[in-house]
Amino acid sequence: MRKVAMVGAGMTKFVRRALETPKELSYEAAKTTLDSCGLSLDDVDCVAHGTAPDAFDGIHQNGEYMACGSGGWNKPTMRVFVGGATGVHAIAHGWYHVASGLFDTCLVVCEEKMSSAMPHAQGFFLTIFDSITERPLQPNLLWIFALEMNRYMERYGYTKEDMALAAVNNKRNGLKHPASQFTDEVTVDDVVNSEMMAYPVSRLDVSPVSDGAAAVLLAAEPVARRLTDKPVWIEGVGWTLDTAYWATRDLSYPRYLDKAARMAYDMAGIREPHKQIDIAEPYDPFDYKALHHLEGLQLSPRGKTVELLRDGHFAMDGNMPMCPSGGLLGVGNPIAAAGTMKACELFWQLRGEAGERQVPGNPRLGVAQAWGDLMQVSSVVVAGI
Amino acid sequence: MSKKVAIVGIGYSGFRTTSTDVSYREMIYEAATKCYEDAGGIHPQSIDSFVASSEDFMEGISIADEYVPDQLGAVLKPVQSIAGDSLQGLASALMQIKTGQFDVVAASAFSKISNLSSYENVLSYATDPAYIRPFQENPYFIAGLEMNRYLYETGTSREQCAKVVIKNRYNALKNPTAIYGAKVDMDDILNAPPLCEPLGEFDKSGHLDGAIVLLLASEDKARELTDHPIWITGLGWATDTPNLDSRTDTLGSARYAELAAQKAYSMAGINTPYNEIDFAEIDDTFSYKELQHIEALKLCGPGEAGELLDLGSFAPAGDLPVNVSGGSLGVGYLHEANGLHRVLETVLQLRGEAGPRQLPGVETGLAFAWRGVPTTTGTAIILSNKS
Repeated sequence: MRKVAMVGAGMTKFVRRALETPKELSYEAAKTTLDSCGLSLDDVDCVAHGTAPDAFDGIHQNGEYMACGSGGWNKPTMRVFVGGATGVHAIAHGWYHVASGLFDTCLVVCEEKMSSAMPHAQGFFLTIFDSITERPLQPNLLWIFALEMNRYMERYGYTKEDMALAAVNNKRNGLKHPASQFTDEVTVDDVVNSEMMAYPVSRLDVSPVSDGAAAVLLAAEPVARRLTDKPVWIEGVGWTLDTAYWATRDLSYPRYLDKAARMAYDMAGIREPHKQIDIAEPYDPFDYKALHHLEGLQLSPRGKTVELLRDGHFAMDGNMPMCPSGGLLGVGNPIAAAGTMKACELFWQLRGEAGERQVPGNPRLGVAQAWGDLMQVSSVVVAGI
Repeated sequence: MSKKVAIVGIGYSGFRTTSTDVSYREMIYEAATKCYEDAGGIHPQSIDSFVASSEDFMEGISIADEYVPDQLGAVLKPVQSIAGDSLQGLASALMQIKTGQFDVVAASAFSKISNLSSYENVLSYATDPAYIRPFQENPYFIAGLEMNRYLYETGTSREQCAKVVIKNRYNALKNPTAIYGAKVDMDDILNAPPLCEPLGEFDKSGHLDGAIVLLLASEDKARELTDHPIWITGLGWATDTPNLDSRTDTLGSARYAELAAQKAYSMAGINTPYNEIDFAEIDDTFSYKELQHIEALKLCGPGEAGELLDLGSFAPAGDLPVNVSGGSLGVGYLHEANGLHRVLETVLQLRGEAGPRQLPGVETGLAFAWRGVPTTTGTAIILSNKS
């Protein structure tokens, strides 16, 4: 199989309300990425891009609209869409463009502009549910995630304070990220006492609504070696979609992630992920999800994650730093772009270019993950140097 | 390109203008079941990955990807959606197999357009929100502009475009899945109410419901699963700009088709497409598009398509039969499933299973799909029954 590496990465600032259009945000991320590895659009063979629901931007066939902003003018351009998991999945999408032998370089661009939605982007999640069996109940995302959070806490006897620890950890890390939309550290008390949205989800358990874009450049082995001394190899990719009948599942364990992670680890030849992986970027739109996902990623034994978190295992100087970027809770959550931001973070961390948030000890292997749809899909990318 | 990939299974259902008795998921289930049965009765558990193609607004679901796995038998399998034409979805499936990580991948798409009360309203949301949408024009005006420019640049006549409609709808009479088969008069077409001059009511293909599932496999697997693998020898796709104001030099031509074909031909090792391709299924969402695409795909010289049509070159008995199935004008327009429909008809011909519309002795076919206005994305695929 052809080896594929990340050779460049870039992103916009994540902000609450961007003045730029979706095209302009995509352009900025794509341009920064090309600049980071000294290439121009002429060197790009194809564009693989992603954005989550069209409804956010209010544009039908959003991939077509965004194509030229992402650099896809007169090039093969293809948009992938797996809900919230799009951002990390786009890396896998770009990976097979290059690994197939069809292309030598692929620009992966993900963008999301949620602020165009009035009064709030949550409104569009009312239309993700089954139109006959669920939509009449008018559920929204917070409600169903509240069910999942409650089930997870119930299963292992966790408290809201336990879950808040993840938010505190990630938000603290995020303060050092130059693209972060936050400025303040939060405490466990802040999280637990923040406004109740849908029990047990409080406002600070949730990542914010954001606008932004992120991109990486993928290249086949010979090209990658020519471009940089430190290519970050895509060692493994995996993705899995569970049934749409989410109410039939046990929500305490993400089995779709279990399978996706095993697929990626198999490809990467990883047998003991909890020992071999140096840094983890689990998807953290909600604080409990970071922990839930660490278990699905086989990086933490089920039901022992809070204990390890309290022991500092997942801190920046711990054995397995969790979300050194700050994650969605610490940097922001422009859906598809947030996933790609996690891949960018692996790129910077593994090359030792993460500045003041650099994880100590020369990390060599990292995993990024995203999750979406009706709590049913996960995509996983393992990258190494 | 070391690894060969073939289409080993086909399944379809629906192909009706309305289908109140089934949901789109039931329609896909039927198509998938037929496809797996066609591929030697493969169990979906043995399929490595699944690709669906859909657009949210067409389905009225904010994340349409959620509802893909169950009816395909793909629960807890690698499943993803391509928000594009289903021929792009098929391209994704092809690339997955070519990585060597997957052996069998399914591609699916459907159209349940009869559920949509206002298609043109949805389509207007695909136009630029700042520069085009505020005009509140029916988005077909872009097709009118394109057609006008195409006729002006190439000297093709309005009547020649009408002849595409006559040919395709006549061809459709031999296709049992075609809804719009008819003998149409030139006068009917020219006197029909205009959509946007010079584009008339008859120049546009009609809506159709339907689901299509195709199964792709690597060489070894393909030989195991079927006796008549249809090999994918070339594939390419490209996007021009969606900005109307940037299309001053490509409004009359289909650059996306030219670029997509270049890639597909070079992959397939085709140097003289006109001689090497036996027949083609080419996007005819609008009548002029068939002629414009034939030229962009280098199946004739620039501006020659109309004349060759007059000479009967694109008729079923001609040198290069185009849309023997009836195309979108004759069978109906399947929206995101359009690309797979083109491939389906090409596969049927190459397998010799096209019934009364079967072309004799065909070995290499071209299928080309475009995404419709206001987009500028096209995908070309070369298929062959020779190993």
